[in-house]
Amino acid sequence: MQYAILCYHSEDVVCSWSKEEDDAVMAKLLVVQDKLATSGRLGPVARLMPTTAATTLRKNQDPPLVIDGPFAETKEQLLGFYVVDCKSLEEALEIARDLAKVNPGGSYEIRPVNYFHPGGNSA
Amino acid sequence: MNDIAWINAALTSARPQALAALLRYFRDLDIAEEAFQEACLRALKTWPQNGPPRDPAAWLIMVARNAAIDSTRHRSKLTALPAEEIVSDLDDAETALAERLDDAHYRDDILRLLFICCHPNLPATQQIALALRVVSGLTVKEIGRAFLVSETAMEQRITRAKRRVADAEVSFGAPGPVERAERVTAVAAMIYLLFNEGYSASGGETHVRAPLCDEAIRLARLLLRLFQSEPEIMGLAALLLLQHARTPARLDAEGNLILLEDQDRTLWDGKMIAEGLALLDKAVRHRQPGPYQVQAAIASLHAQAEQPEQTDWAQIDLLYGTLERMQPSPIITLNRAVAVAKVHGPEQALAMIEPLAKPLAAYFHYFGVKGWLLLQLGRSAEARSAFDRAIALAHTAAEAAHIRMHLDRLMRDSKPLHLSPGERSTERREGG
Repeated sequence: MQYAILCYHSEDVVCSWSKEEDDAVMAKLLVVQDKLATSGRLGPVARLMPTTAATTLRKNQDPPLVIDGPFAETKEQLLGFYVVDCKSLEEALEIARDLAKVNPGGSYEIRPVNYFHPGGNSA
Repeated sequence: MNDIAWINAALTSARPQALAALLRYFRDLDIAEEAFQEACLRALKTWPQNGPPRDPAAWLIMVARNAAIDSTRHRSKLTALPAEEIVSDLDDAETALAERLDDAHYRDDILRLLFICCHPNLPATQQIALALRVVSGLTVKEIGRAFLVSETAMEQRITRAKRRVADAEVSFGAPGPVERAERVTAVAAMIYLLFNEGYSASGGETHVRAPLCDEAIRLARLLLRLFQSEPEIMGLAALLLLQHARTPARLDAEGNLILLEDQDRTLWDGKMIAEGLALLDKAVRHRQPGPYQVQAAIASLHAQAEQPEQTDWAQIDLLYGTLERMQPSPIITLNRAVAVAKVHGPEQALAMIEPLAKPLAAYFHYFGVKGWLLLQLGRSAEARSAFDRAIALAHTAAEAAHIRMHLDRLMRDSKPLHLSPGERSTERREGG
């Protein structure tokens, strides 16, 4: 089963990290990712730009409305995601715990993936 | 990250919102700051044991309020709030309370806090100092260091600024649309000023003070989060990101300035450039161009050129033309002249800057550009005297050293010459 690990954190906090602090966190996360990649469990990983760079298409009307900013104004924002291949939820949680150890604060939402297209021409 | 590091990050990021709310309650900057300080001390004690509260800003606002009410003994006037030891455990109650206290106001609160720092009564240097102290929470010592003045002098400057702001009686009611727009414009200008102070320091040995640039970008993002669909604020944030992306390549190991065309472009920060381009892209969709967007567009053309030769100077020339029409200024014309020199040659550019001689008589860059143009036309003697003048007007050692480099090049081609003795200008800006 593939799981998406959605990373939520206050972007106020993350944006106030110094470059050194940010680099240190990324370096530690990379160690965890490398381990997952070696065991063949790591899918795509993305870190998103701050929500100030976001645009939302509200499609509950026709034509859809384009608005600036993220879908919802929340205290914590979706800042990135992982896709991992695991045998069980427990295994996915274990990965999330490993990630949390090197990047505390905020939350991870673990969500099973229903449909996955790896990108490119997969025909 | 250890306890102290994440708590510091949480306190720094919660500061503008918390302080802004406290300012509304107490209507006094000093009381608000003291209360916030007290709440931070309590956070340092409580958070390592209880873990971070779900909403640090709300926690700090409540604890600070309680602390200030205790100390000013005005308890009777305001409703008592729960003690901080139990606040963190009352997740829902805490959130509901915080939302009731805050959500309706927080946008105008933060804007007011920012606006107070750039009140028209304050001179530019006081605006920046006050914003760094109040909004960013830098210590007086840190700010003093950034401005190359003693802690005591900076303390006095900030105290004076606070007194002026208190006398100005900024309204605490919700601003109307016009007043709000005016405040946003003033705050954007202050953030731009702060960035420029970091990007090309007005004095001293260091030409670049990156922490001031980082802080300006943080404030620009904050302002943009409050006003998500303002194209000029997108433009401002884009501009700062695109400029700051070049910082790692702007100085050599000795601290000398490296010209844009000589910079190692692989050192530019690709993430900042990408974010800047994304913001500019969003802004342009609104079809409401403004000076920040145009400047960001110019910066984006530089950022996108992998080699200096790939720079789209013709487009830059057009954009500077647009900017000149939006806000006529000899400095913009001077910048345009550089693009004109690239597109149409140095002769035309030189003719363009001749009329600027008077308004820019004390401007370092004017003589730098003039010397550069004369040099290209082979008029070395005139170039040399322009460079001499530039050195006399340089604000930082790096600026002076940069012009020296041009002079050295000239010397290699002709007989030796005398350099002006003065490295730094006597016309430095106040407190520079």
